[in-house]
Amino acid sequence: MSQFILEMRGITKEFPGVKALENVNLKVREGEIHALCGENGAGKSTLMKVLSGVYPYGTYSGDILFKGEVCKFKDIKQSEELGIVIIHQELALIPYLSIAENIFLGNEQAKRGIINWNETIVKTKELLKKVGLDESPHTLVGNLGVGKQQLVEIAKALSKEVKLLILDEPTAALNEDDSENLLRLLLEFKKQGMTAIIISHKLNEISKVADSITILRDGKTIETLDMKKDNVTEDRIIKGMVGRDLTNRYPKRELNIGEVIFEVRNWNVYHPLHNERKVIDDVNFYIRKGEIVGIAGLMGAGRTELAMSIFGKSYGKKISGQVFKNGYEIDVSDVSKAIENGIAYVTEDRKGNGLILMDDIRKNITLSRLKKVAKKFVVNENQEIIESEKFRDKLKIKTPSVFQKAEKLSGGNQQKVVLSKWIFAEPDILILDEPTRGIDVGAKYEIYTIINQLAQDGKGILIISSELPEILGMCDRIYVMSEGRITGELNKDEATQENMMKLMTKTKVRG
Amino acid sequence: MQMPTQKITTRHSTSNETKVQPFAQMLKNNIRSYSMVIALVLIMLLFQILTEGILLRPLNVTNLILQNSYILVLAIGMMLVIITGHIDLSVGSVAAFVGALAGILMVQHQVSMVVTVIVSLLLGALIGAWQGFWIAYVKIPAFIVTLAGMLLFRGLTMVILEGQSIAPFPKSFQNISSGFIPDLFHGTDFHMFTLVIGLLLSVLLVWLEIRKRNNQKKYGFDVSPTVVFAAKLVGIVAVINIFSYVLATYEGIPNILIILATLIVVYSFVANKTIVGRHIYAIGGNEKAAQLSGVKTKRVTFWVFVNMGVLAALSGLIFAARLNAATPKAGNLFELDAIAACFIGGASAYGGIGTVSGAIIGGLVMGVMNNGMSLLGLGIDWQQAIKGLVLLAAVAFDIYNKNKAS
Repeated sequence: MSQFILEMRGITKEFPGVKALENVNLKVREGEIHALCGENGAGKSTLMKVLSGVYPYGTYSGDILFKGEVCKFKDIKQSEELGIVIIHQELALIPYLSIAENIFLGNEQAKRGIINWNETIVKTKELLKKVGLDESPHTLVGNLGVGKQQLVEIAKALSKEVKLLILDEPTAALNEDDSENLLRLLLEFKKQGMTAIIISHKLNEISKVADSITILRDGKTIETLDMKKDNVTEDRIIKGMVGRDLTNRYPKRELNIGEVIFEVRNWNVYHPLHNERKVIDDVNFYIRKGEIVGIAGLMGAGRTELAMSIFGKSYGKKISGQVFKNGYEIDVSDVSKAIENGIAYVTEDRKGNGLILMDDIRKNITLSRLKKVAKKFVVNENQEIIESEKFRDKLKIKTPSVFQKAEKLSGGNQQKVVLSKWIFAEPDILILDEPTRGIDVGAKYEIYTIINQLAQDGKGILIISSELPEILGMCDRIYVMSEGRITGELNKDEATQENMMKLMTKTKVRG
Repeated sequence: MQMPTQKITTRHSTSNETKVQPFAQMLKNNIRSYSMVIALVLIMLLFQILTEGILLRPLNVTNLILQNSYILVLAIGMMLVIITGHIDLSVGSVAAFVGALAGILMVQHQVSMVVTVIVSLLLGALIGAWQGFWIAYVKIPAFIVTLAGMLLFRGLTMVILEGQSIAPFPKSFQNISSGFIPDLFHGTDFHMFTLVIGLLLSVLLVWLEIRKRNNQKKYGFDVSPTVVFAAKLVGIVAVINIFSYVLATYEGIPNILIILATLIVVYSFVANKTIVGRHIYAIGGNEKAAQLSGVKTKRVTFWVFVNMGVLAALSGLIFAARLNAATPKAGNLFELDAIAACFIGGASAYGGIGTVSGAIIGGLVMGVMNNGMSLLGLGIDWQQAIKGLVLLAAVAFDIYNKNKAS
């Protein structure tokens, strides 16, 4: 029990311009469940990708020792041969294949290329028994719920004779029963001698199953704690996760907050595919004129879903609730109505949903409100050029001209184009979803300045961000979301990373 | 037009760098369409030489227009469909179906030409709406919906024609495709009116160009140097008048050319200058982003297919008038010619890119090659094979250019 099955020593991994991991150490004992904790972007997933060979040997520095031997994985296959199997957050199953086919995909029970289906089925049945899944091996994976799919993934891992199982946010998409079931299964495997690393945001789950815990922050190892010896509490973990100084990276702004300009009441949204899953659960919130409001929450808390469902019902099904602007209920049933009513939504996925990359800056900026540069239905291109030049100037978009295609710009400049596009639409309420994701520090400051300016002009701003310092640095008031509900509302002066993290990880009381 | 109310400093770009760059940029962005114009000219020269001057004889030029008109009409609509990221395989069958209906109405029931044309175009719109509904609202891939339409309307054509051809059409209807505008000035050797139209058209274009240039100056933009501008005007005037002169030495301007020119002007304008045009390009460029920008993506896609239906109907009428018969085989493989024209003319198979003039140029490249190879006595078998290679080469060239650029 005291022997280390895995040692990662001094792992450093750099991406162009970013140090994702810096001298990270991770030691996992044989037969334990080891939790890996940290904020979004702390480097957990990167570390696991280094371990499993997604980032091959040579692209990082440092050593990986598995059972005392140095490993130099070139790809996932090599790490799997040694019994290191990773189950990713997004399940990698093929919905149109059966359970048996999925489990042995890439590892077919075959002789000279001919699959032995009888053997496949027999082995599948054994595996399903081990994970406690009572389904026929012929059932299509697409017909299973997420919880059962997760079990199929685990069965697949077991089929590879796993020694070290890595689970990345295994319960993020699961309901309570399925989560309980999964955790119980993990403890069961532990008894049989399997080692597991679990990445999770849900601290109560970690407290329940983990033997020790390693905390990462900003790509560095902060500490490794023994759950029993060190008497670890959730507060203790949170402190480790967020304990960093807030240097002044946020521009100051004169507060000029007015009346409530925007309000959402009793907002409920269901998942677009799984009809019974409630993604947003009775959310109420408001924004005042000139106020910057933040929504904090972990991945999967429903922040983007909330924003998109409000913005023209662009997400979800069976949406119910009311939206008010200046005290009057407004219609947001499609995007153009939402825009007409003065709402703008700056997407978190600027390449996928925000920009038309093959079009030039000018066309991107005017798209959401072409009427402004048109006479009747004819676009006045000259005026359009002048308008977009103004934004290039004002927002300091670094480009030779507004005829530059959006795909040629850097992330920061692309984000400025998206912001220009929505400022051009003259909204009263701007919802900014991860406004500085993937943007370097200098450009971040510029974008914060723009946001502050918008607030000063009397607009209501809603910022969704996974970076707690950003929320704390920018927002006047903060809502915290967890599992589709608002679990708390904090004023700027009472909010700390610790109490936000506590609200972010607050799950429903289990009966 | 109201000016925006944001608090944004209004400093227009005045530095030299920003003034010159847009022009260079625009040139670069348009290099693809220019290169196809150059290719067209080269192909014409090649066949002019190979056919010992027959290609550009007045009779043959007129023939070229008449032969290709119905494909060009389809190509215009197809270009919009392809820009939105879809495809329409049914246009040939729809053209045949509408042609058949027109034959039945006019020849068998003596319905007047005007009524027949209106009913035919409405039928085209209805067919387009039918297909557009499945594609835009039910989200069935256009390839499948229009493949079904291709079979459906070909079948229906044979049903209503009972496998027979219907002929002949009244003279007035035939004139759509084979008639020429009357010579109001009764020229003896020349079709005088054609020459006059050529002159008037050049005056109009020169005026439009000058107005556009002045407008750009008014907005403080840089414009091309006066010499370049003058050269461009001279070029435009020369091309138009040589063309009208060539036509005038034969029978003058064909009626169909008037229809075609009107369509080209209207659709180019819609695609380039109007809000709905922008929306069409935006949908093809990134449907999700367009939708989140307030573009009614479903509605626009639906109407693009309705429009395609109308143009397919028009094409069917033109073809029936030219053939002077409604036949079950009409419009066979038209869809592939129209699609090829769009891709040769610079459309992207992934949507978002393409121009109406590109479709026309692509259609002409195919048309000139067909015509030239026929003049050379090359069999239909070889023509088909060579056209296939040209299509592949054009698209490969396009992709090569893109890779080089990035």
